[in-house]
Amino acid sequence: MEKAKAKIDYNNPVITIRDLYKSFGDMKVLQGIDLDLYQGENLVVLGRSGTGKSVLIKIISGMLRADSGDVTVLGHDMNTIREKDLQELRIRIGFSFQASALYDSMTVRQNLEFPLVRNRKGMTRKEIDTATESVLDAVGLLSAINQMPVELSGGQRKRVGIARTLILNPEIMLYDEPTAGLDPITCIEINDLINEVQQRFNTSSIIITHDLTCAKSTGDRIAMLLDGKFDHVGTFNEVFDTDDKRVKPFFEYNFVE
Amino acid sequence: MDTTESTVAPVKKTRSPFLQRLANFFAEMAKINSFIFRFFKEAFMPPYEFKEVMRQCYETGVRSFTLITLTGFIVGFIFTKQSRPSLASFGATSWLPSLVSIAILRALAPLVTALIASGKVGSSIGAELGSMRVTEQIDAMEVSGTKPFKYLVCTRVLATTIVIPILATYTAFIALLGGYLNVSGNEGTSYRAYMEAVFDPITFLDFESSLIKSIVFGFTIGIVGCYQGYYSNKGTEGVGKAANGAVVTAMFLVFIEEMIIVQLTGWFR
Repeated sequence: MEKAKAKIDYNNPVITIRDLYKSFGDMKVLQGIDLDLYQGENLVVLGRSGTGKSVLIKIISGMLRADSGDVTVLGHDMNTIREKDLQELRIRIGFSFQASALYDSMTVRQNLEFPLVRNRKGMTRKEIDTATESVLDAVGLLSAINQMPVELSGGQRKRVGIARTLILNPEIMLYDEPTAGLDPITCIEINDLINEVQQRFNTSSIIITHDLTCAKSTGDRIAMLLDGKFDHVGTFNEVFDTDDKRVKPFFEYNFVE
Repeated sequence: MDTTESTVAPVKKTRSPFLQRLANFFAEMAKINSFIFRFFKEAFMPPYEFKEVMRQCYETGVRSFTLITLTGFIVGFIFTKQSRPSLASFGATSWLPSLVSIAILRALAPLVTALIASGKVGSSIGAELGSMRVTEQIDAMEVSGTKPFKYLVCTRVLATTIVIPILATYTAFIALLGGYLNVSGNEGTSYRAYMEAVFDPITFLDFESSLIKSIVFGFTIGIVGCYQGYYSNKGTEGVGKAANGAVVTAMFLVFIEEMIIVQLTGWFR
């Protein structure tokens, strides 16, 4: 499916990162990251494995702390944010994990209800059911509502994982390798779903991937993470219109038309 | 901030390996203390997870029930059988029920229950939370604005703390029944006479110390299992280590606590 033109508000950054550094012991991972994510934008972060792409979104979601630098998410400074505010902020951020991270002791319905009943107090049983069914319908998996995660395919698990984050109506979506380990047809379905989420739920998203098909079909802007910092940032064609030997192999290896 | 990173800063490498190990030991102790402190801070603050506590109580009880029934009965039966020759040499087999009851209520029932629960429940908690950590399920709870510590750790620790004393009481009853079968088979003692002899030497302090021990053991098994699982890493290998660590550490601590509580209650006798 061709990506529809997104309504991006370039005057309204929802995430601002300046001069971000992060190391693990002697291993320097992020070395001076600068980034703006605008309201309504899908930003794809490309890079080789182990370059710190996932670390970046974990810092944005408050799961990891930066060594130095400024990270502002929806107006909150992540360096000084209080525990209570972080809890509230996290409800406004959806995080889709690489391996879906579904709660395997719960059914699909219970997976979706878990964050809902704990974050939206006073909902009636009917309201909970309606919210659960509507979001599952949005990802095309209403029929799997009573299934256990172990009974689902990889693509279905991804969809349920995305549905579980959408149930809280997040303003920002963080996708960690959304198409990793999926067959090409399912990849296309997931890419379409990411675009649909952007249009239907008006979210701003960061999509971490090294799949160029995913990058091309979902990204309004691409940022290449090279040697711990963003080097080539722009549209898909702008980024790959280069002779940079660190970037070229990505394009040549992936079969992108 | 409830992050996947440790709340205790890693200890910087020193020159001497001994000092390094000592520093790591103290860093680990600090991490354990903060884990226990966090349990008391979060367990009794709303919102409460009553349903999950009840579910965990049921799981804990069911997981250990069959094994505890069998073990309790065998312990009571064997202990009575092995004690008989010593008492018989003094012509004092009529004291057997008293001896059995003191041994079972004061020491064996809480200890056997705790050891069985360490193996069955502790390992299961360690493996379950370890696997949830490895598959990022705990991270998923955290980023969705829920409190994984409260839902996963507090509920399990409360469940073991509540259920182990109940199981220990049940073990005592079953072990006394095992003892009765042996006594009645050899001496033909009636059930009523046996039970009267059993409860004759038992004091309130015996019940109290047994109950306190069981509560302490239950808390230890829960907190150790949760700690091992919650901070598990290194993939599937880490899950195995968490399960193993939960059993070994809990058993070791149970014996240490048994010794300390016996000494303490000895002062009140």
